Amino acid sequence: MIPSGMPDSGKSAHWTYRIVLFFLAVTGFAQMPIFKRYYIADIPGLGWLDQFYMTHFMHYLAAVFLIGLVCYHMTAYILLYRKQFRITPAGYVRGSVLAGLLVTGILMMIKNFPGYGYPSALIITLDVVHIVFTVTFLAASTWALAGKQKWLVNVS
Amino acid sequence: MKNLTRRQFLKSGAISAAVVAAAPIPEIHASQSRIDNHLATLIDISRCIGCEACVDACQESNQDKFPKPVKPFPAMLPSRVPVEDWSDKQDVRNRLTPYNWLFIQHAVVQKDGQEMELTIPRRCMHCVNPPCVKLCPWGSAVQYPNGISQIDPELCLGGAKCKSVCPWKIPQRQTGAGLYLDILPSLAGNGLMNKCDRCYNRIADGKLPACIEVCPEQVQTIGPRSDIIRQAHELADSMNGYIYGETENGGTNSIYVSPVPFEALNRSIDKKTGQGRPHLKPVTDRMDQANNLAAAFLIAPIAGIASAIGRFYKLAKKQSHGEIS
Ligand code: SF4
Ligand code: SF4
Ligand code: SF4
Repeated sequence: MIPSGMPDSGKSAHWTYRIVLFFLAVTGFAQMPIFKRYYIADIPGLGWLDQFYMTHFMHYLAAVFLIGLVCYHMTAYILLYRKQFRITPAGYVRGSVLAGLLVTGILMMIKNFPGYGYPSALIITLDVVHIVFTVTFLAASTWALAGKQKWLVNVS
Repeated sequence: MKNLTRRQFLKSGAISAAVVAAAPIPEIHASQSRIDNHLATLIDISRCIGCEACVDACQESNQDKFPKPVKPFPAMLPSRVPVEDWSDKQDVRNRLTPYNWLFIQHAVVQKDGQEMELTIPRRCMHCVNPPCVKLCPWGSAVQYPNGISQIDPELCLGGAKCKSVCPWKIPQRQTGAGLYLDILPSLAGNGLMNKCDRCYNRIADGKLPACIEVCPEQVQTIGPRSDIIRQAHELADSMNGYIYGETENGGTNSIYVSPVPFEALNRSIDKKTGQGRPHLKPVTDRMDQANNLAAAFLIAPIAGIASAIGRFYKLAKKQSHGEIS
C-alpha cells in the first residue's frame, strides 16, 4: 500500500509492510478478550491469540517494524521521489490515519512503563481513538485497494 | 512494629501528593520518585492471629461498592461464556469473591523442628506497574498517582482480561451487573470485576484502610513505599525472616514479611490458582518483556532513515556512473 506508487520500491518492502499491518491488526484486536470467547483461539495454530502477554509483545514488535518502514518510506520520498511524484488524496488520508495510530499507540506504550499513568479519561480517549483510527485505516485501505488508489502519482 | 499514626500518615500522604503534583512531563527519575512515594503496606505475617476482623471490616466498609446484579441475567452467546454469580454466596469468606476482597490463608509449616500455623491476609498486591490496569483494553481500570489500582465499576465490562493477566488472578467477576447490560449484553462483556481498591475513598478522607484500622495485632503498616521497604528489611533482619512482594512482578506495594521461607508457605496454602486463592510463588515482571522493546522503538526510526539514505547514495553513485539515466 504505502510504496505501491513508487516505481522502484522493492517488492519485499511492500510485502513486509502488508504483513506488519496484518499482524498489528490481529494482535491489536487480540487485546480485547474476544478471540477465546468466539472460538478463534481454538483453531489449531491460533491458540496464542488468547495469550495476552504474547499478543501484547507481538503488537509492540510489529509496531517497531512499522515505525522503521514509515521512516524509511518518508525519507526515501523526500530524497528520491519528491520531484517526480505527488502524494495522492488517498495517500494523505491513509498517512494521516497512520500517523494518528502511531501517536496514540506510542502514548499508550509510555503509559505502560512503571510509574507512568494517565487520568482515566485520557486512557479511554486514547483507547477509543486508536480503535476508531484502526477501523478507519482498514476501511480506507480496502477502499484504496479496490479503487486502485495509490499513495503516489507520477507528475512528470 | 507500630502503625503509622494518622498524623504521620497524612503527612506522608501530603508529601507524596506534593511530589506527584510537582512532577512535570514524565521523566525517568521522576517516575522512580513517584514509585518511591506510592502507598505501600507492610504485612507482618508473624503477628497475624487469624481473627478475621480485617475480613469483616473490609466487607462492612465496602458494602456500597459491591455489585448489585439484575436477575435474571441476559443469556450470553456463545454458550461457553461462564455465568459467575456470587450474589447468593456473599458470606463466603475462605477465598476472594466479588463480595469478599480479603481473606485469611492458613499455612502449616516447620520452624526450628516445630510445627507452626501461620495466617496470611490475602488481597490485591497493588503492583507498582499493575497489568490489570495497564492492559485493560477499555481503560476501565486506573492507577492513581499514589499507586492504588482500582477497577471502575461504572466502566468495567467484565471481560476478565484483568484476571487473566494478573499473576495472582485476583479480580473476581460478578455476572449481571455493570455497563455491559446497556450495550450488547448477549454478545460482549459479562459483568463487573471486583478487587481490593485499598479503601481509596477512606484514604482520600485521611482515614486508614478499614482492614488496617481494625486489626488488633497491627499486622499491617502503611506508608510511602521507600519507607515500607526499609521497615520490611529491618523487620526481616530482626527475625531472620523473608520478604515477598518487593520484587514480585517487578515490585508490588504489598510487602509481606514472614519468619519462614515463602516457598514453605506456598507449599502449604490451599491455592487452587484462579479460584480466588492466590499463590505465594516467585513472579517475574510480566510487563517487562514488552517494555524492554522500548529501545527498539528508538532505534527503528534511525534504522529506517539510515537505510533510505543508504539507498539514496547507492542510486546517486550508480547515476554518476551512468548506470541509470
Ligand atoms: S485483623 Fe489482623 S490479626 Fe486479625 S486476621 Fe486480619 S490481619 Fe490477622
Ligand atoms: S495483584 Fe493483580 S489485581 Fe492487584 S494490582 Fe497486581 S495485577 Fe492488578
Ligand atoms: S484495603 Fe480496604 S478494600 Fe483492600 S482489603 Fe483492606 S479493607 Fe478491603
